[in-house]
Amino acid sequence: MSSENKILTTDGIPLEVSLKKAERKNKIKAFVLVAPLLLFLVITYIFPIGEMFTRSIDDKMITNMLPKTFKEMEKWDGKELPSEEVFAGFYYDYKALVEKQEHGKLGQRLNKEKNGFNSTTKRLFRNIKRKKIDESASIKEQMMKVHKNWGKVEYWQAIKRTAPPYTLAKYLKGMDMYYAPDGSIAQVDEDRRIHRILWLRTLEIAFFVTLFCFLMGYPIAHLLATLPMKYSNLLMICVLLPFWTSLLVRTASWMILLQQQGVVNDFFVMIGLVADDNRPEMMYNKVGTYVAMTQILLPFMVLPLYSVMKTISPSLMRAGKSLGGTPFVAFWKVYFPLTIPGIGAGCLLVFILAIGYYITPALVGGASGTLISNQIAFHMKQTLDWSFASAMGLMLLTGVLVIYWIYNKLVGVDNIKLG
Amino acid sequence: MALPSYTETRYRIWHYFYLAICAFVFFFLIAPLFVIFPLSFNAEEFLVFSEGMKNLDPDAFSLRWYKDMIYGTKNPWGLAAKNSFIIAIFATIGSIILGTLAALGLSSRHMPYKGIIMATLISPMIVPLIISGVAIFFFMAKVGLAATHTGIVFAHIILGTPFVVITVTATLSGFDHSVTRAAASLGSNPVNTFMKITLPLILPGVISGGLFAFVTSFDEVVVVLFLAGLENTTIPVQMWTGLREQLSPTILAVATCLIILSTLILISAELLRRRSERLRGINR
Repeated sequence: MSSENKILTTDGIPLEVSLKKAERKNKIKAFVLVAPLLLFLVITYIFPIGEMFTRSIDDKMITNMLPKTFKEMEKWDGKELPSEEVFAGFYYDYKALVEKQEHGKLGQRLNKEKNGFNSTTKRLFRNIKRKKIDESASIKEQMMKVHKNWGKVEYWQAIKRTAPPYTLAKYLKGMDMYYAPDGSIAQVDEDRRIHRILWLRTLEIAFFVTLFCFLMGYPIAHLLATLPMKYSNLLMICVLLPFWTSLLVRTASWMILLQQQGVVNDFFVMIGLVADDNRPEMMYNKVGTYVAMTQILLPFMVLPLYSVMKTISPSLMRAGKSLGGTPFVAFWKVYFPLTIPGIGAGCLLVFILAIGYYITPALVGGASGTLISNQIAFHMKQTLDWSFASAMGLMLLTGVLVIYWIYNKLVGVDNIKLG
Repeated sequence: MALPSYTETRYRIWHYFYLAICAFVFFFLIAPLFVIFPLSFNAEEFLVFSEGMKNLDPDAFSLRWYKDMIYGTKNPWGLAAKNSFIIAIFATIGSIILGTLAALGLSSRHMPYKGIIMATLISPMIVPLIISGVAIFFFMAKVGLAATHTGIVFAHIILGTPFVVITVTATLSGFDHSVTRAAASLGSNPVNTFMKITLPLILPGVISGGLFAFVTSFDEVVVVLFLAGLENTTIPVQMWTGLREQLSPTILAVATCLIILSTLILISAELLRRRSERLRGINR
């Protein structure tokens, strides 16, 4: 286009340029509005989650403790006993640690890698303290005299394994696997695979809670959507009141209901389902977790279903029936397919919430009803193995983000409805 | 929902069966809340209905646990309630300000990378609380805000803003932008336009988002458990400890108060929602 044909604004600037400028200004304006929250979240939330990742793979402790050793080890083939230089490197590194009084930590950490390291390093420590090692002679021979383990190649291989500053060991531990001495990945003994059981149980409970919520939520969402306004508003309170009530209050009420002398058991005894002296344990196991979580998460299923069903015109069902379908066929062929977006939204939301549940399982779940979240909390608070807790947390997060991504594709986060 | 007179018997039976299922589900949803109410007036120390209560004997009921909740010497509920309200109020204010601004930006059609930014802003609602708790704890410990009110308020702003963003964005979706242009063409500056035109129109959405943020903060326990010291205990933390250690009926008195509070919040949220729909011209 030649310059004469361009439409000019009153200032003499081509309209195209002027429009682009205005658009850019609007873009910046919109972004400036979002920026405070975005910045706040990135600093206080997104970034710390990233830090969880570095914490979960961090294994710099030994790397920093034995710099000379690892430098010399670069030339070592890892098959035969290392050379004098490696021994000397380790000796001087260890001596420095002794001066800083950090040798104990090294011994403990190496002991995790290979049993017997604690006593092996302690023997070396005592010899250094008593100045029994002659630094002008061969350190290799003296160290092997101090403890016979220094003459075994497996011990040096164990040290070499700790050389990389990063490790995936915590992630393997989360899946009940570990690095075998030869560096390959091995499975833990079958009777000690606790984490895999927990992952499977978390998935199982999240799946069934979602299923129960769907089976219970669909009929009432349908009823709420088809009843006249004045009745449905009243019944909606039954859905919204639990939704707005404190999670702990709802959990507390289930603890009262489900205990052995509780109302549910009283009722079972009354109708003669169970004997008074043989009341079943309904709390501190999976039953308690299922019942309480289903009731607590049910509103999250009903609300999306309701908002979709509300938009389906009742004349569609009438049309289906008038065209010769039985009510069941009309429902199955006409109504049900139209509610699938709501089903998707509700199920994904409930599943996402259920998979990360912590409070309710911890209170009513007992030992057999706890989930992966409880294990993460346990490592954060009891064992203080924060890097393991971070690794497990990120494994859980990955799963949730995949579902969130699907949810975003199917429903769109901006279509989430509240209340 | 009356059935037409020509309905066949089997569909009639099916219909009543369906109504029975619905009745059961509604009962399942709401009944657990009502078990707390009578038990909180229990005269005894156990969390079961005593024989006296079953026979409606007036002596079996008392206000003992309510008195204990308010006047009990070793009771932490006073401090917990004070903390809970302070934290929730500040967290709500923070969430409303940050969330409303972000929602205004997001609803502009000029906003670049809308999808990914929206997904990021909503993420604290989706990420399991335990992970949020761990991440926020690491951050607060590093900047020295662990075991402070400020730290917990920040944490609750993180968790509360998604609700404000969602509700305000929803309100703005029906917003007629020509009114702000009209204001601007009449010589109003952007701040004035926002205060006089936009804010009154989106206020129901802002307040209902604020209610969500308030309830989220007031009810939140997982993150607080990581962050709180003894001084920062809140009502949910106290309930959590109480439910884990000894179930005393005082908890039920507190729970009853919380149910009353949530009923009030529910009523205001419903009124706001209807007002908002009226303002946005959605008629049903």
